Amino acid sequence: MTERHPPGALRQLVLARIRLFYREPSTVFWSFVFPLALTVALGIAFRSRPPEALGVGVVEGPGAGGVAAALVADRELRVERLGEAAAGAALRTGRVALVVQPGTPPLLRFDPTRPEGRLARAVAADLLERAAGRRDVVGPVPAPVTEPGSRYVDFLLPGLVGMNVMSTGMWGLGYVIVETRQKRLLKRMAATPMRRGHFLLSFAAVRALFLAIELPTLIGFGVLAFGVPLRGSLVALAVVAALGAAAFAGLGLLVASRARNTQTVSGLINAVMMPMMLLSGVFFSSANFPAALQPAIRGLPLTALNDGLRAVMIEGATLLQVAPQCLLLAAVAAGSFALALRIFRWS
Amino acid sequence: MTAPAIRCRGLVKRYPPDVLAVDGLDLEVARGECFGLLGPNGAGKTTTVEVLEGLLDPTAGDVEVLGRRWGTDAAALRARIGLTLQETHLPDRLTVREVVRMFRSLYPAGRHEDEVIRLVALEEKRDAWTERLSGGQRQRLAVATALVGDPELLFLDEPTTGLDPQSRRQLWDVVTGLKRQGRTVVLTTHYMDEAERLCDRVAIVDHGRVIALGTPAALVAAHVGEEVVEFTPGPGPGLDDAALAALPGVRGVRRAGEGFALVTEQLHLAVPALLAALDARGVTLAALSTHRATLEDVFMALTGRRLRD
Ligand SMILES: Nc1ncnc2c1ncn2[C@@H]1O[C@H](COP(=O)(O)OP(=O)(O)O)[C@@H](O)[C@H]1O
Ligand SMILES: [Mg+2]
Repeated sequence: MTERHPPGALRQLVLARIRLFYREPSTVFWSFVFPLALTVALGIAFRSRPPEALGVGVVEGPGAGGVAAALVADRELRVERLGEAAAGAALRTGRVALVVQPGTPPLLRFDPTRPEGRLARAVAADLLERAAGRRDVVGPVPAPVTEPGSRYVDFLLPGLVGMNVMSTGMWGLGYVIVETRQKRLLKRMAATPMRRGHFLLSFAAVRALFLAIELPTLIGFGVLAFGVPLRGSLVALAVVAALGAAAFAGLGLLVASRARNTQTVSGLINAVMMPMMLLSGVFFSSANFPAALQPAIRGLPLTALNDGLRAVMIEGATLLQVAPQCLLLAAVAAGSFALALRIFRWS
Repeated sequence: MTAPAIRCRGLVKRYPPDVLAVDGLDLEVARGECFGLLGPNGAGKTTTVEVLEGLLDPTAGDVEVLGRRWGTDAAALRARIGLTLQETHLPDRLTVREVVRMFRSLYPAGRHEDEVIRLVALEEKRDAWTERLSGGQRQRLAVATALVGDPELLFLDEPTTGLDPQSRRQLWDVVTGLKRQGRTVVLTTHYMDEAERLCDRVAIVDHGRVIALGTPAALVAAHVGEEVVEFTPGPGPGLDDAALAALPGVRGVRRAGEGFALVTEQLHLAVPALLAALDARGVTLAALSTHRATLEDVFMALTGRRLRD
């Protein structure tokens, strides 16, 4: 009753991985729902609003009417007429940026440490001068721009894509492999004639498959819902993302190669991911960190991935222009895979 | 002549820094035999079979499985053996059929998944996730994964530990079926009834060594005798072992806790003689029982301890 021609081992291993993935609602949530929800929440919180008017308080008294009339001429100012005490309180609480005390000359009270205060002072002084008959000589013409690509959500989306590629790779390989080891299933499978490379390849194949779903979902959502630009080629984008996924799959395998239990590997994964989430420009630009730190930050794989994704998506960079980032990611992938396979523990 | 299924000489396994789990163990298992490694927890059974399975490297000693060695023929050997580990947690959210099919795909040749599932009597659970199976069903699924490659040699490490009596009996049926097909089976257990019922030959293992080897019946006959009389004297004057040993039909005396165990081949002589002797000394009885001697008694006779505490 011996049956030959077995169904392909790699195919069965991949199928098992896929089944285990979608039958575990929490993993589906963390890889698909969570990044989308985060994009929506942050996109709404930081969506572009029309510029907000600056509050200016005019203290009631002789001349207040004239001053107020001069100031309402500009839509950048929101003018309120207030009593002496109320005006002081409004300035202290930040409800108004400037208090104008009518007189000859009028008195402008503001807090010079607040940019809005200084801005309101300049605008108000300008308006009062004009109202008093000053003639403008140059007459510069304002030309406001709101360019897609320079908003917060445009910065954020590539960062979230990078973070998602990192965390699905690290958790999807690192945690799952250690869990398999802890259940002694790794040892059980190593006791079959299975080619060990096939086992690891099944993880890589499943990562690639899910990346092909995650990435278009997240990016497509950003493009459709927030009008995030996609200026570079899709090929360049796919190459950067795939190299990033390979780098983090390698790091996931590396943290999983020796750990005996899931607590250990969770700690390792967090220790690898947390610094990068802060330093690598996910939520805010890594340019905010001191210059001394910059070389180290540039060397982090997530920085390379985020910079590469941003360059391609927002600036329309070609593959050649993101070659440094691609090389760094490829090196991390190759190095971590090679080391992980040398020290991997099957039992 | 084909090589024996297993030949193992001077096997030593040391876990750093100071655990000597296997201490110079010799074994030979013939083809078609059901061989038992019987011993208490920590005796070194799991370590021994994992070395035989090529999962652990021995510290010293020589191991040959199906005439080959792990060092040179690992890939070929893996395809010819099947095994269950002492504890394996199969993936929770795969069905019985999916698990068996996955394991089947890892072997170059073997049996169809449905056939193996029928063999371990899990047809009704074919489409159930493994997390919904009882302990006994899980263990039978583990045996199914050991059978898909149609192995010549099968290792089962404590297949029935922790199972209820009915599940144990179901597993015994599976093993009995395998024996009938002439497969070589090596199983470890700390249940003497299991070893007696299933195994053609048994090695009793203690502290990493084989302390007795043979068929269950021969071991009992050689180390114990046919029958065991256990009794606990009531309060009163003490009894000395020599006087008990001198009774007609009594072959040996052991102290067992508060009481004594006499081994005999002639229960009809030994019991009346014992009662008369106790009566003559004015000793009352708190308890008296007899049973046919078992491997448990062999272990007691050899070590002074019980298999399971
Ligand atoms: N990985 C290990 N590291 C250290 N000691 C171990 C390890 N595995 C088993 N031991 C020890 O080796 C001895 C034999 O264990 P084992 O082979 O599991 O016995 P059994 O299967 O008969 O219960 C025990 O004392 C056990 O504590
Ligand atoms: Mg054991």
